[in-house]
Parts: sequence; C-alpha cells; structure tokens
Amino acid sequence: MKYVDEFRDSDLIGRACDEIRRLAEPGRHYRLMEVCGGHTHAIYRFGLKDVLPENIELIHGPGCPVCVLPMGRIDDGLALARDPNVIFAAFGDMMRVPGAQGSPLEHKARGLDVRIVYSPSDALKLARTNPDRHVMFFAIGFETTAPSTALTLMRARAEGIRNFSVFCNHVTIIPAIRAILDSPDMRLDGFLGPGHVSTVIGCRPYEWIAATEHKPIVVSGFEPVDMLQSIVMLLRQLREGRSVVENQYTRVVPWEGNRAALRALAEVFELRPYFEWRGLGFISQSALQLRDAYAAWDAERVFRVPGVRVTDPKAAQCGEVLKGVLKPHQCKLFGRECTPEHPVGALMVSSEGSCAAYYNYEHRKTAASLRVLTPA
Amino acid sequence: MAHGAGGKASRRLVDGLFAPLLFDSGQPALGDRLSDAARVTVGGAPVAITTDSFVVTPLVFPGGSIGELAVNGTVNDLAVGGARPVALVTTFVLEAGLPTDTLAAEVRAMGRAAREAGVAIVGGDTKVVEHGKVDRLYITTTGIGQPLAGVSLSARLVCPGDQIILSGPIGDHGITILLARGELDLEADLGSDTRSVFPMVEALVTAAGPSVRWMRDPTRGGVATSLNELALDSGLGVHLFEESIPVRDEVRGACELLGLDPLHIANEGQFLAVVTAEQASRALDAIRAAGGAGAVIIGEVRDEPAGAVLVATRYGGTRIVDMLVGDPLPRIC
Repeated sequence: MKYVDEFRDSDLIGRACDEIRRLAEPGRHYRLMEVCGGHTHAIYRFGLKDVLPENIELIHGPGCPVCVLPMGRIDDGLALARDPNVIFAAFGDMMRVPGAQGSPLEHKARGLDVRIVYSPSDALKLARTNPDRHVMFFAIGFETTAPSTALTLMRARAEGIRNFSVFCNHVTIIPAIRAILDSPDMRLDGFLGPGHVSTVIGCRPYEWIAATEHKPIVVSGFEPVDMLQSIVMLLRQLREGRSVVENQYTRVVPWEGNRAALRALAEVFELRPYFEWRGLGFISQSALQLRDAYAAWDAERVFRVPGVRVTDPKAAQCGEVLKGVLKPHQCKLFGRECTPEHPVGALMVSSEGSCAAYYNYEHRKTAASLRVLTPA
Repeated sequence: MAHGAGGKASRRLVDGLFAPLLFDSGQPALGDRLSDAARVTVGGAPVAITTDSFVVTPLVFPGGSIGELAVNGTVNDLAVGGARPVALVTTFVLEAGLPTDTLAAEVRAMGRAAREAGVAIVGGDTKVVEHGKVDRLYITTTGIGQPLAGVSLSARLVCPGDQIILSGPIGDHGITILLARGELDLEADLGSDTRSVFPMVEALVTAAGPSVRWMRDPTRGGVATSLNELALDSGLGVHLFEESIPVRDEVRGACELLGLDPLHIANEGQFLAVVTAEQASRALDAIRAAGGAGAVIIGEVRDEPAGAVLVATRYGGTRIVDMLVGDPLPRIC
C-alpha cells in the first residue's frame, strides 16, 4: 500500500538499525523520550525494541491526550450528559475511559445518549439534525485535534447554531515537556518530537529544548523507518555534541507549522491559567479554553459543571511511568489490578498509553519466543 | 455490550456464567469448552448442533444481508466443528411496522444461501414485538450436522510444529459493515465475504483427515481472538508471520486510518485450520482447489509463549496480539 509499505521496508529498517549500532557508543546508555502516544503505540505495534541495541532505551512521554485527562473531567462531562435533552458526543478514543461512575460506554448502556463521532463537525451535524436537543462535544487532544474543534466552533457561530457546545479538554504539548524536563529524577539524552502536533505548531516551539536544555530533538513520523531514522539523527547529534531541532517528518510537517490552523486556534481559544494533568498534577498555561466571544458555545459556561476532582489510587504509579522513571511493568498494579479491561491508572486506558501498549503487545513475550522468525 | 462482542468479555460470560449453570459437569459434554458446535448422540448416531443469533446494522450491505449471514454463520459453525451441515430451523424477531418487502427480501436471501450451502431450512418461529423494542429484525438459526468421518478436532490435540492455515483475506466483512453504516464518509470497493466454508472444510478433511487438529471461523473478534482461544485451550504459543497474513488494501487502508488491527476485524466466509507440518502443503492445495484460492500458511504452533499469540515481522520485530476487548473503536486523537 502506497505511503505505508515504503516506510515499513525490511531493507531500509535493516540499514537504519545497522547505522544505529554504528553510532551508539558501546558502554554509553542512551535514554530517548518519544513524546507522542502515537510513537509509543508504534514502538510496540512494530516491535521496534526487538531490533534496537540494548543500550538504546526508549522512554514513553506524556503525549497521549486520553491518558493525561483527569478522571474528574470525564465525570464532569458525563454529569452534564445526564440531562435527557443532551447528546454527549466524543471520539471513539474516549468511550472506554473510566470516570468514577464508569466510562461513556457504560453510561450509554445505562441509557444516556452517548454517540461516537469521527470529527467535531460530525457533532455539529448532529446538532443540525436534532434541533430539539443539545449536542455537547467532549473535546480532547493536543494541538493536533484542537484546530478542527476551533473551525467547528467558528462554523457554529457563523451559522448561529445554538444547540451545540464544546466541553473543552484540549491541552498543549510544550508545558508538558517542560514539566518532564523540570522533574528532578529525569535524565534524558534527547527527544523524538511529536509528529502530528508539529503539523500544526511547526518546529520552532521546540527550540528552547535544544538551546537552553541542550537536548537534541527530532520531530518524527510514526512508521518504523521514520522512527529509526529519527533515532539515527538523534545519535548523530549526540555523537557530534550538537543539540538542535531537526525535522525527520518533512513529508508532513512544515517548519513554520500550519498558519491557517494556528489562526483558527488563536481566534477561538485562549490559555487556561492552569489545568490538571493526570499523573503530572497542575501545570500552568497548559490547556485551552474558549474565548468570551464563544461563551455561548462553551459547555462549562452554558451548564453548571460539578467540578469533580478524583484522585488516582495511591498505589497507581502513573506519574512515575508518565515521566519515564518507571517502566510500565514496574508499577505495583500493572497486569494485576490494572489491565486494559479494568484500567485503574491513566496509562492503561488508551491503546496509546504506555501501559496499555506494553500490556497488549509486550508483556507476555518470553525469551524463548523471541528467536528471529522467518516465514515458512 | 462488550459481553456480546466476541472477545474477552464474551468468553468470561460463557466460562463464568453459562457453563457452570447449564452444563452438567460445568463443561460442555464433548469437545472443546468453547468450540463452535456441540456433539450429542441421537439413537446411537453422533450429531453436531449449534445455534447463533444475528443482529446487524445495516440489514443489507455490499456482498450480503442479514438473511445470508444467518444461514452461512450457522453453517460455518457446523463446518468448523467438523460436521456436514444438514438442516436449520430459524426464529425471526420482528419489530412491529417492519415493511413486508424488507422481510420478504431477507427470507429470499436465506433460501438462496441455504440452497448454495446445500442445507435445508426445515422449520421456524416468528415473534413480533412492539415498535422500538428491537431494531427491525433479528434472526436466530439453529443447525444440525453430521460429523465428518476420520477427523477429530480439539485444541488439546494441537502440537508444537503444527501449521496454521487461513483460507483467505481477512477483515472484509467487518470493514464492509463499518463503511456501510455511512458514518465515516469513507468509500471502498469492498464487500462482505459471507459464504459457506463447508466445501473448503470438506476438501481439507478429505485430503488431510486426522492431520487436521483444530478449526475455527474467525467471526467477531477476528483471527486474533480465535487464535488466542487456541493458545489458551492448548496451553501452547501461536506464532504468526505478519507478512503472510492476507489483507486487502481496502481493509488495510481503513484499518490504518482508524487505528484498528485487521486481526481483530470480523470475517464471515473464512476459516482457520491447524494441520500437522507433514500434511500442511497437501491441506493447502485442497483448500485452494475448493474455493479458497487465497489460502496460506500464516504461522505455526510453538511451546512459547504459552497461552499467547505472537506476531513477527520480516525485519525481526514482534508483538503480542491479544483478544479484542469490547468492540473495536476507532482512534482519532
């Protein structure tokens, strides 16, 4: 299949791995963080750890929007959906994420009107076709999905559609990276930068990481060849003692980002003073809220929001895993109390969460099963 | 809802509730705990019996409709249970107000599918419930079959070294249904694979007889769920070669877009068989000659990882593939 197969090509993968082995200095341990949940998923999905040398350690970063959403926000959104006039619309990603009283899917089973949509504009379409109901779109995601929410709100305002609102949980990636770097127990050698977020924000917002934190960062695509090439680029910088922002994902990511999308974000959203991240705590100016001009479409102002706060169980070590201090299987609850079917902690809920990815793809591998296989 | 999606929760429902309460020994009488068809003895003769209910939106989709599914689904459960499908009885649950034309079209589809599968529909029952109590039309079919001679099927007979054969490309049915719901604004030239797999099963059993150890039709939950059941029931490891698993570009494309794994997508006209290594190529030839032109060996059984399915890529990467948890949900953000 075009645009996929060439980035999963065995020869290219083999050559990239050879180059990684050549560049990685024996006796040195490399700790590289992939920021994005899509990268974490791809690492396990494609078994990339099996082909990397042992001294390259990939640390899973905070870039899974479902994972970092505090449970209280889900409860708040679902509380509003108890109004029988409200249709609760969200991406499939959210549907199994548990709140304190269950996930959106479980609420649907109890009779709430919960719908899966594939884009915010589908939620607006629902509002048009259900003029007697109120459609609340539960918005999640980094700068990747925020522009489509912004454009949908601009459309709703232009058309004067008043039975539509957005419960905004959009977050921004840079403050999360800063929180990781500020963490005292964090030792990182470099970053695989988020690919899809960068299609919107471009590469410039990462320059401080290279300039003041002296960490190389390579914005990376999501296919095996992309990620291995990005690791090669990081190792080259480390070997040469450089730290700059580089763009591996040039086929998708423009250096300056997507100006039209950035304009839409600026038109509709402003930064919240602070926002709670699951596992990381409160981070200032790390999330988006609707500007006053869009107050009539802001579910947090249209409805009375309970403002639920739910603390994660003490035994769950999500924060440590999220910051890369612990591996998923080193958490006390991993695979016992906490599984993808019954997630306790944030990182087990989305298939892009590092715990779920590790659980689904990795943890039952045994040494004996990992002899390299070739088709019969 | 997850309890009906064919994955882990479905298995827990059967193992945890139905089996202990319904079966004398807490286990089905004969065969595997969760095989597709049960065996009973009637007047000294062995008979295979199975039942299945069909609920699908939309009722009609490219390549088929609920009527064809209702026949082929039960026929296939008998076939992979090692039996020649003989007769079906059927139950319709209709929503008041269902247009007669809709019902007539589905009854015709059932008749056509039954003739093609060589099975007789010998009886049935109809219930009509109030508007809104069911979604238009549900069909249940119960089938009996005659066990094929010379083959004994059980996950417990499966040994390390045995080969895993798949009859053709996967995911066609599940992706067709997903696209036919029209919520995705995606279009693809794709149809459901619904058909009877019995001709392929019969050819396989004729060619390889006792070397066939296990069969399953990977419907809800897909190939991954069926093979996880094999791994759990046999206590062995299932190794798949990713490059060998046939997936049409249309299905791959939809899966890539939606963050789904083709191994978790439903099929209605394919089956999986475990055959000894010695007989594998003979078995493959037989399936290919009987309608399974795309049949391939997709992997083999090994000692490790016990109770799990491991997928290996050509470049040496591996991943565990688990049963589906609930319905497959698209990933967007």
